[in-house]
Amino acid sequence: MNSNNRPLSPHLDIYKLPLSALLSIVHRGTGAFLSIGSIVLVWWLMALAGGEEAFVSAQAFMGSFFGRLILLGWSFALFFHLANGIRHLIWDAGYGFDKAVVEKSSLVVLAAAVFLTASVWVTALLFATGA
Amino acid sequence: MSLRSPLGLAKGLGSAKEGLHHWWAQRVTAIALIPLTVLFAFQVALLSMSDYKTVIECIGSPWSAALIVSLIVAAFYHAALGMQVIYEDYIGHKAVRIGAIMATNLLLFLLGAAGVIAVVRIALGG
Repeated sequence: MNSNNRPLSPHLDIYKLPLSALLSIVHRGTGAFLSIGSIVLVWWLMALAGGEEAFVSAQAFMGSFFGRLILLGWSFALFFHLANGIRHLIWDAGYGFDKAVVEKSSLVVLAAAVFLTASVWVTALLFATGA
Repeated sequence: MSLRSPLGLAKGLGSAKEGLHHWWAQRVTAIALIPLTVLFAFQVALLSMSDYKTVIECIGSPWSAALIVSLIVAAFYHAALGMQVIYEDYIGHKAVRIGAIMATNLLLFLLGAAGVIAVVRIALGG
């Protein structure tokens, strides 16, 4: 089909992505990452169901540097996807489309993701029972 | 004025009328996952230093187990719907696209089933 007169997408090699566009593709990226990362959740629950020995070795791995690195990335991806997902639900309801509002809500999403990630890690490192 | 493309008119294929359910289910699971993920994340954080017995009792208590099973069902359904959209956007080859969606659905179902079985076993003290 001849489509010469159709509008062109931005030329991604030379186009500077606005923050909202960057967050949009990161939303998709974190979604795919969390789908794969769900293996970690199931693996942890399976270890817990498998008895004390399996659970202790799973906890040891999670507590190691590499394990914590995975969990840090995992938790930030989760909270980013959560915060940006709430923004998507607000957009779905028809609100917040003005350019200035979108720029502001992008920053709110990033701040919320950092705040929630930090909160859960502070909880784990300082307030965990039996620490 | 018709918004249908000449190719669309020639092929005579329209919408399968199933898009709304996909879109809506994605939103319903998203809303469910807001409280479920936050609760679970902080529950696990609080248990990060606890011994096996404490974790089993906390995770396996009836309400906790019910919430985690709900989390697993909503999360894997949400993941399957989301991955489908990603494949539909980026995989042009029809057979590959359908194969990828099918394989992902089956894999996510298996993972979800494994997660539910694990929680049920923890809750029932098997």
